[in-house]
Amino acid sequence: MSTKNFLSGNEAIARGAWEAGVHVAAGYPGTPSTEIIENLALYDDVDVEWSTNEKVAFDVCYGASIAGARTLVAVKHVGLNVALDSLMVTPFSGVHGGFVIVSADDPGMHSSQNEQDNRFLAKFAKIPMLEPSNSQECKDFVKIAFDMSERFDVPVLLRTTTRISHTKSVVAFDEPKREPPKPYKKDPEKYVVPIYGKRRRMNVEERLKRLEEFANTFVHNRMEWRERGIGIVTSGISYQYAMEVFPDASVLKLGMTFPLPRKLIEYFCDGVDRIYVIEELEPFLEEQLRIWNVKNPYGISDITGKNAVPNMFELSPDILRRTLLHGDGHTSFEKEISIPPRPPILCPGCPHSGAYYVLRKLKVIATGDIGCYTLGALPPFNALDTTFCMGAGIGNAFGIEKVKRSVLGKRLVAVIGDATFLHSGIAPLIDIVFNKGITTVILMDNSTTGMTGHQQHPGMGKTIRDIDTYAINYEELVHAIGIRHVKVVDPYNLEETEAAIKEALALEEPAVVISRRACVMIESERAKPHHPYEVIDELCEECDLCLKIGCPALDGSTPIPHISRERCIGCDLCARICRFEAIKPISNTLN
Amino acid sequence: MTNNQKKNLLFAGVGGQGVLLVAELAARAALHAGFDVKKTELHGAAQRGGSVVSHVRFAPKVYSPLTPAGEVDILLSLEKLEGLRWAHFIRPAGLIILNEEERIPAQLDGNPVEYPKQINVFLVEKGLQTVLINATELATSLGNYRAANIVLLGTIAEATGLPMESWMAVLKENLHPKILELNLKAFEKGLELAQKEVWRGISSH
Repeated sequence: MSTKNFLSGNEAIARGAWEAGVHVAAGYPGTPSTEIIENLALYDDVDVEWSTNEKVAFDVCYGASIAGARTLVAVKHVGLNVALDSLMVTPFSGVHGGFVIVSADDPGMHSSQNEQDNRFLAKFAKIPMLEPSNSQECKDFVKIAFDMSERFDVPVLLRTTTRISHTKSVVAFDEPKREPPKPYKKDPEKYVVPIYGKRRRMNVEERLKRLEEFANTFVHNRMEWRERGIGIVTSGISYQYAMEVFPDASVLKLGMTFPLPRKLIEYFCDGVDRIYVIEELEPFLEEQLRIWNVKNPYGISDITGKNAVPNMFELSPDILRRTLLHGDGHTSFEKEISIPPRPPILCPGCPHSGAYYVLRKLKVIATGDIGCYTLGALPPFNALDTTFCMGAGIGNAFGIEKVKRSVLGKRLVAVIGDATFLHSGIAPLIDIVFNKGITTVILMDNSTTGMTGHQQHPGMGKTIRDIDTYAINYEELVHAIGIRHVKVVDPYNLEETEAAIKEALALEEPAVVISRRACVMIESERAKPHHPYEVIDELCEECDLCLKIGCPALDGSTPIPHISRERCIGCDLCARICRFEAIKPISNTLN
Repeated sequence: MTNNQKKNLLFAGVGGQGVLLVAELAARAALHAGFDVKKTELHGAAQRGGSVVSHVRFAPKVYSPLTPAGEVDILLSLEKLEGLRWAHFIRPAGLIILNEEERIPAQLDGNPVEYPKQINVFLVEKGLQTVLINATELATSLGNYRAANIVLLGTIAEATGLPMESWMAVLKENLHPKILELNLKAFEKGLELAQKEVWRGISSH
């Protein structure tokens, strides 16, 4: 096998889990964690699934652990919030087969609604945590995590960040050690936590003490002695930034960041004049160092951390230079020349465009949800009033209805995508029926998980390995929970969509309008022939109404809009709204 | 590879233009040549027509995957405005190659977006070696506008200091046979252009 493999952190985690003999893996797509499960699905001897949501993924993996298997669940930072209830109880019961939880955090909120430092969840749940700083460590640490999980009878958190998960670096492969799952053992005193939890509670604390002892001699908690003026305590990607900016400083690089190795940290700090704690996001390491009041050889506690380096957004070598070396740095030229931002946009021909065109026209109040369709909040649609987190929109809409039913009840909708609806939209819809609401839900069914790159979900009839399975029938599903009014429309058909939404809004009962058309970016749609359109100059009245469809193939910077022949997919939405019939298919189609 | 040789490359453009592919090819060429390599990028919103940027660093040993601002040797941008957005990352007198393609960003606040004029003039005044290339047109003349990214990659191949043998091996290994011939032509086109231009000597820096 080639010794030089060029892997992203996520690919390396998948490889490491496979080398460690993982039997079962599950997750829910979410940037930056998605590729872990996608890559594990490439190994035929691992049972891999996209689960309905992160809590289900967690519970499935934990069940497999109890059954004796090595299992791994991979989610993004907010995904672990969804699974938090399960996470918090498993340290009481421990594991049977090794159980590794991967949390991929997103400092800088590149693809997330919030920023949170999930290192606190390891401390909160009282489970050990490893933080790799490159792809090789991603692979190595996941293997260590499995061994640690079995040795200490505890789930282990492997915490990455976007810059670890999505950076490629060189990785050496090892031969896999794949063994069958251990035999199942019925053990209610271990696993029926509500009854036996009090007895287990002490174990949690006692185990932490043993883990701290382990951390003090753990080979990946490593002192790198250089000059003794500055000693840096760091972990994860921050180690790489620290080395970039302070190549001559001594470093305590922590591969295991919970529980922290007190003896080792005190020993290191006793060997340097000043301590820099370099970490991304919150002062997780720093707080513990300050609580322990660690000192230099002269008995002084001289710690620099979040008093200099910000606790917000992604860290970088530039920020370290600016804050710790007071360099002036190279900043963007935007003070000298206008550099307009480039927000993400819906693709040409996106079915959501049609639905949002109608929602904007009807001037509804709309609560949104997480997915590509969140972009409907931006111009020209400005169609969403709120968006928070997975599955929140339907409950939010019902809450608004409770307070403003008389004034807003008939123009209030919740907008949710198909994947998000299955993830966590069903329970709040039941709540609306149960509690006699009238809110209308627009289910934007583009038949895929769009934003994360087209992963399979339970409505698609395909598993992660594209094997045929049952596809949820949304109409039957919402009928069964008590929605009597369900309409399916094609969002390219603007009249039909408008009529259906108006009809639903007029009802004195909850209704669901399913806006159904496949995402234009999925392969089968891309393979279809596309017949681009053009604007006929002589017919155009320069009213710019066509721009309201928000299509990036339409350039409105000239009085007569221009359609990019390369980018137009011929959805004809702009032609449908043009009042002068000035947009027509190009007659000599090249495609 | 020589012991002290290192380069920081930055690739920019708009989601869908093929930025990530050229960054991957450059990283693999450096790997082929025996360097330690790190490549980082942002996914997610990239698919929806937003800004895309990818850092590629190679040296005997690379720590941070992010190149600090002011230390990029070569910035290759598939779209002009995106080149400007990251231009402050380039080292003094460093090289910036811009595709002439202009993509007007979507509105963020309802006001019309004004595309900056004379980007290349501004960058020249900043002391950067600035080269404008109509790669989209060149690629179209070769058979498919989508190969614009590979034309542009060809223009920096020599300036990276990586051996041509590594580039060729990586192109052949990583591009689908169906599009390989077109892309090899596109790459050659880029190499030719570079030989005519003034930035030939930059790899000696």
